[in-house]
Amino acid sequence: MAKKENIFDKAKDTVSKKTDVIKDKAEDLVEDVQEVVEDVKKNTEKDKATKVADKVKGTDSKVSETVKSSAKQVASEVKNGGKTITPKDAKIPEGPLADKWTNYKNQQKLVNPANKRRLDVIVVGTGLAGASAAASLAEMGFNVLNFCIQDSPRRAHSIAAQGGINAAKNYPNDGDSVYRLFYDTIKGGDYRAREANVYRLAEVSNSIIDQCVAQGVPFAREYGGLLDNRSFGGAQVSRTFYARGQTGQQLLLGAYSALSRQVGKGAVKLYTRYDMLDVVIVEGRARGIIARNLVTGKVERFFAHAVVVGTGGYGNAFFLSTNAMGSNGSAALQMYKKGAYFANPAFAQIHPTCIPVHGKFQSKLTLMSESLRNDGRIWVPKKKEDAEAIRARKLKPTDIKEEDRDYYLERRYPAFGNLVPRDVASRAAKERCDAGFGVGSTGLAVYLDFSDAINRLGKDVVEARYGNLFQMYEKIVDDNPYETPMMIYPAIHYTMGGMWVDYELMTNIPGLFCIGEANFSDHGANRLGASALMQGLADGYFVLPYTIQNYLADQIRVPRMSVDKEEFVEAEKAVNDKIQKIMNIQGKRSVDSIHKELGLIMWDFVGMGRTAEGLKTALDKIIAIRKEFWSNVYVPGKADSLNMELEKALRLADFIDIGELMARDALLREESCGGHFREEYQTPEGEALRNDEDFSYVACWKYTGEGNEPELIKEPLDYEFVERQQRNYKA
Amino acid sequence: MEKLLNLTLKVWRQDGPKAKGAFETYKLNGISPDSSFLEMMDILNDQLINEHKDPIAFDHDCREGICGTCSMYINGHPHGPDSGITTCQLHMRSFKDGETITVEPWRSAAFPIIKDLMVDRSAFDKIIQAGGYISVNTGGIPDGNAIPISKWHADEAMDAASCIGCGACVATCKNGSAMLFVAAKVSQLSLLPQGKIEASQRAKKMLSKMDELGFGNCTNTGACEAECPKNISITHIARLNREFIGAKFID
Ligand SMILES: Cc1cc2nc3c(=O)[nH]c(=O)nc-3n(C[C@H](O)[C@H](O)[C@H](O)COP(=O)(O)OP(=O)(O)OC[C@H]3O[C@@H](n4cnc5c(N)ncnc54)[C@H](O)[C@@H]3O)c2cc1C
Ligand code: SF4
Ligand code: FES
Repeated sequence: MAKKENIFDKAKDTVSKKTDVIKDKAEDLVEDVQEVVEDVKKNTEKDKATKVADKVKGTDSKVSETVKSSAKQVASEVKNGGKTITPKDAKIPEGPLADKWTNYKNQQKLVNPANKRRLDVIVVGTGLAGASAAASLAEMGFNVLNFCIQDSPRRAHSIAAQGGINAAKNYPNDGDSVYRLFYDTIKGGDYRAREANVYRLAEVSNSIIDQCVAQGVPFAREYGGLLDNRSFGGAQVSRTFYARGQTGQQLLLGAYSALSRQVGKGAVKLYTRYDMLDVVIVEGRARGIIARNLVTGKVERFFAHAVVVGTGGYGNAFFLSTNAMGSNGSAALQMYKKGAYFANPAFAQIHPTCIPVHGKFQSKLTLMSESLRNDGRIWVPKKKEDAEAIRARKLKPTDIKEEDRDYYLERRYPAFGNLVPRDVASRAAKERCDAGFGVGSTGLAVYLDFSDAINRLGKDVVEARYGNLFQMYEKIVDDNPYETPMMIYPAIHYTMGGMWVDYELMTNIPGLFCIGEANFSDHGANRLGASALMQGLADGYFVLPYTIQNYLADQIRVPRMSVDKEEFVEAEKAVNDKIQKIMNIQGKRSVDSIHKELGLIMWDFVGMGRTAEGLKTALDKIIAIRKEFWSNVYVPGKADSLNMELEKALRLADFIDIGELMARDALLREESCGGHFREEYQTPEGEALRNDEDFSYVACWKYTGEGNEPELIKEPLDYEFVERQQRNYKA
Repeated sequence: MEKLLNLTLKVWRQDGPKAKGAFETYKLNGISPDSSFLEMMDILNDQLINEHKDPIAFDHDCREGICGTCSMYINGHPHGPDSGITTCQLHMRSFKDGETITVEPWRSAAFPIIKDLMVDRSAFDKIIQAGGYISVNTGGIPDGNAIPISKWHADEAMDAASCIGCGACVATCKNGSAMLFVAAKVSQLSLLPQGKIEASQRAKKMLSKMDELGFGNCTNTGACEAECPKNISITHIARLNREFIGAKFID
């Protein structure tokens, strides 16, 4: 009790102190105005007087605005107990939601063509975000250096996206609009994304489709020759464009072809098989990167006037995920260690439809596209004994009678049925399996059944829609999904969290930009299907190439720097020291064995159902793993040659730090929202219970040095245009 | 209980592009038939690491048959004995207990070996850079539905566009020709009205780049089609040839 009062007193004290600050500020401003008024009195000339009078008017409104905004900031600082980021810091343009982007473009600075040639831009990543940005910047005339870890830009992880890409075209005439796409994305993200960014995303979505068609992306078409659409989770309209089950591949090959055209022209210099290991900061601005040539092992330095990072998500912290083997969070973590904020690290998406884990040798999990939920029905047996019999291989799914099947999504969410958002579908599967109704040999699987669709549409139609996915499934599981239902289970898939960026997609380090999955911006606490491809291409084709100019316009007088500059040399040395340190450990454990251990901790404690206790356990265990890694990892071979174990070790060192950040952030967020589910915070029906009162903010983590706790900085999310509701997919 | 496999592996080891390579033989026991070929390779590498030996370098990334990174020549076939799949999609249930499996890199003049099973396929990128695109810049594009495209054309273009750029076609061709790869791109783009305009020039530029980079000529053996993991059809080569002849007319 005494303690509570104490806190209360403290808060009161802070409020009164802060109020004093406002008062002081207001008084200062009033004084300013008075000075001006004195000025008027002194000046008798008429025109001068009117000029000054105008000035007074201007000051007047400024006074109230400044007082208002500083009052707002102080209020939120008091409430949040710490430093905050305001909409102004985030560079959100003024005006109504629908005008913000246009206003921004009308007012932003541009770089003239002659100057563009003198400006170098590093783009790290050749996924949808990186490739589209590199190509577009080069087309505009900038000098681009483009890096990726694969042997070809075409192999970036975006290639694996299956289902589709959203746009607000409203071709099917089912009531779609920019606003609706914006609204669905905000709602799907459980009101944890910035309104202005999301609206812009919806706004440029249509241009993406046009652009890709022009590049020769063979989107699916109807018999009349027009583009076809399908529906995806979290939406009641059909707005998803697709190219068979290979949409990501086709979009990436489109961006890759645009990029290749610029490489051919010499406007982009390509660095394949290069691993970015640090960003170089000169006088507070990003001026280059340190990257390791993966073939020779040599660590090299690169300069540019600005650095753009589009290195994808960090889901592989879980070891087993749907991401490619090389997907990593290292570039993000290095930026964080150089002072860039890591935002909402805990927001990770568990995808409901993946092929279940089947053995300890397993290296990755395969996604079965969400588009399957269009025609597939998800169920488990109604009776526990049936589930047990199936697990013991005494019964087959086809033996279970219709009335003995529990189509639990259709039962719980009649309005959206099998098309509820991913987080909802994932948790519902976990709930059924935890309750003992799971199938498969491990009991950690549910059925995705196409028999209805095959009866209704015919096998041909189903094959045309999903043929390659069915084939993929059969190759892995050795089971024919046309005859027996598929088995699926949730797996980590996408990370909504990432580098904090402002409206211009710039991190808090000037000149350091972040695009695509690597930033935190548009999906809040949960991403809707087919929206990552949209965001990656929006960032790369239509947003960054504009916003970066607002920064570069001031850099035209900065001459190219020598990479022998102290900051570059030091950064390179730090990287080499770190590599040597890892090489010298010569312990007993392989990189993968430690990574698998980390992955299990992440899945068990930082996965679908999080609790305060579990997260604390995770933090302790992760700290122990860090110790194990830095004292007992074994990396064979040499540092100055091709060494895949070393590559993995460097990434694992960063995944351990990311894992810790994820757990810390999840522990802080005492609410359930989107993909972040804290078991303590749920409704009696087991739905996520958001807490807008206390957690309506972006949690930004600032690095404070090795072994120290990071500092928390909040960006409050004020919803100006949308009224927040508890998400409801039932009715 | 599934029966575990005991295997002998003969793997090509080569330290660098200029080094002399040789086969090394390894014994590997207790492999689950449900594991993928690359997971088997992981287990072998884990064994080598535990013995403080140099693990085998090989390329891989998505492990689901779409990125085109994996590239092993297994028992005389690129991507192994099964058809229509990549190395990473191959599963150990395709092999018998006690079998000896031979694993080699892609072998082609245009794909120099980097290390062990890893080769340099950047020549493919260079072919695309020479003309494998439609010349449009970002922005200022008409509506996606402005030009209707027949479903047949779109589907046929999609078939061609499925190429993952893995290089199996080159590895299996006795001439080391990249014809199927080039044809897939030329065909995709010339089937679409947007790409038709540059079709002939594109074919010409890409083919001359292919020759320049040391790929061989196509003598229509059809081996590429048989080994292509994406079943790219050699009918696309016919379409490429038509565009190429068109280019000669224009010149
Ligand atoms: C299996 C699967 C299916 C999906 N399906 C869909 C879908 O249907 N619709 C949808 O909207 N989204 C989908 N997604 C999500 C979507 O594919 C990704 O979020 C998106 O493609 C990410 O694009 P990106 O450009 O940000 O990053 P990526 O495509 O991951 O590219 C990262 C790039 O950065 C490079 N890189 C990484 N680290 C470094 C480093 N340290 N140094 C140098 N370079 C580096 C890589 O080489 C690569 O070029 C899917 C994801 C998965 C895993
Ligand atoms: S044509 Fe087939 S074999 Fe050749 S690169 Fe493309 S996918 Fe591979
Ligand atoms: S690893 Fe991507 S195709 Fe095999």
